[in-house]
Amino acid sequence: MSAPALETRGLMKRFGGIVATNDVSFRLAQGERHALIGPNGAGKTTFVNLLTGVHAPSAGQIFLEGQEITNLSAERRVKRGLVRTFQINQLFGAMTPLETLGVAVSEVGGSGADWWRVAGSKARVLDDIAEIAARFGLADVLEARTATLPYGKQRLLEIAVAFACRPRVLLLDEPAAGVPEAERQELLATVCALPRDVSILLIEHDMDLVFSFAEKISVLVDGALLTQGTVAEISRDPRVRAVYLGESADG
Amino acid sequence: MAKFADSVADRAAASLLKRGRWRPAEILFWLVAFGAVYALPGHHLILNEIAIIGLFAVSLDLILGFAGIASLGHAAFFGVGAYAAGLLAIHVTADPVLGLVFATLLMAVVGYVSSFLVLRGADLTRLMVTLGVALVFGEIANKNGWLTGGADGLQGIFMAPVFGVFEFDLFGRTAFAYSLVVTFLLFVVARRIVASPFGLSLLAIRDNPLRARAIGIPVNARLSAIYAIAAAYAGAAGALLAQSAQFVSIDVLAFHRSADVLLMLVIGGTGYLYGGIVGAIVFKVLQEVISDWTPQYWTFWVGALLVVLVLVGRDRVGARVSQLWARLGRGTR
Repeated sequence: MSAPALETRGLMKRFGGIVATNDVSFRLAQGERHALIGPNGAGKTTFVNLLTGVHAPSAGQIFLEGQEITNLSAERRVKRGLVRTFQINQLFGAMTPLETLGVAVSEVGGSGADWWRVAGSKARVLDDIAEIAARFGLADVLEARTATLPYGKQRLLEIAVAFACRPRVLLLDEPAAGVPEAERQELLATVCALPRDVSILLIEHDMDLVFSFAEKISVLVDGALLTQGTVAEISRDPRVRAVYLGESADG
Repeated sequence: MAKFADSVADRAAASLLKRGRWRPAEILFWLVAFGAVYALPGHHLILNEIAIIGLFAVSLDLILGFAGIASLGHAAFFGVGAYAAGLLAIHVTADPVLGLVFATLLMAVVGYVSSFLVLRGADLTRLMVTLGVALVFGEIANKNGWLTGGADGLQGIFMAPVFGVFEFDLFGRTAFAYSLVVTFLLFVVARRIVASPFGLSLLAIRDNPLRARAIGIPVNARLSAIYAIAAAYAGAAGALLAQSAQFVSIDVLAFHRSADVLLMLVIGGTGYLYGGIVGAIVFKVLQEVISDWTPQYWTFWVGALLVVLVLVGRDRVGARVSQLWARLGRGTR
């Protein structure tokens, strides 16, 4: 039995007197599609920040494919294969998608600090860019300024940049947030078609997306894991209905 | 499918490589610059100054235009580089090339060390830290007159001929040719740096440091590296000034040096390397022309130009001027 793709043991985070993450022990199996849900203020963002190294945990450990990463810097975690996307696009507005993907691919390939050669002279990097552009439907807009792209394309680029880092585990933070209906299908199809050797943790509010995409669901409430289970188990669980589904039905 | 991917890769290669290719206008620009060594014999002193402060402005563009680091104290590296070259000439060797290399490498080290101060905090903090560092260096130079000559300046510099052949003359011809060659060579290197994967990663950091970190770019290490490179360039410019003037005034560390170089970049535009040189040319020529015309009020006009450029925007000024030009053209026909 191989190690889980991502695991936390007894993860805690306190901000002063507030416990934002409370003793979370979580496992993401290899290749799994897993959703993390919870009402606003449940601590989803803090949890992601702990995983990616933005915050240091007050207690507990984090493992990526069996190796402890609790004390690694954010950059080192990315190089080990733990990569995230953002709920609000975090792109390089003045650059093109081509340059953006090029930066990410070069960085993961170890040639990101080359200063003596003109970018674009490495065939392997170019092939990777072309493959990623095709996968995310960006081949036609590679040379446009990112800030001028339609929102749906920017959203695809947001995920494509993360994918260009060759993640083992991909954290998708509300990938469909704000995408207009017309562009939504392309985005969802692209996310569903991501290869199985990448394990995915989806942080999401949109229950349609969660139920159609995820195999397993974890419910976070007040910083603690309320329950974990398959989609069927979670949708039947009365506690989940009470704290989450009920609340979202109220608005 | 494979064919499609290949064609995308080819297009990607062409588009990226274009950033490194020399355009005809650039080649023309440097031909004209080198032609001035022969064609404008009466103006070598001011041309020498333009080459030097142009290099200084390119150095600031490397951090401001390409990495988003705003500095109000870039003269620190220019000034200390000038003193380093001057002192080396007095006490160790009069060879200009050795002095230039020494000042450049020394400033790379000083820039690298001080980068750790500058990397703390956001824009306002950086402005204040860079300003503070420059003030500290200025006062050190002022208070240690035994070494630097203090307010009287560093005197008694004598430079040997460049490569033992080209002697510095009174009219600044050797000085200009020497400064221009150095500026050109360093410019070629800077051009390569900004078109490289390293240069692209700097643009990413400039646009969005949060995301740059999230795709695994070691942000602080990259910023330290470019800060050290920019400091080295500024040091080289300072050394050229010290060697061609054979004198270092305390003024090399003055606040107005840092402010002027920022002003040149604003005039010429940031983020494309030529902005610094264009700005230096415009700044120096304006200074000459306006101070001939009205010696006391030259800074008034520079200030007015700055306000117009920043408020209206350089692009719009340019567009308005070319519109006017077109209309005038139609009117005379």
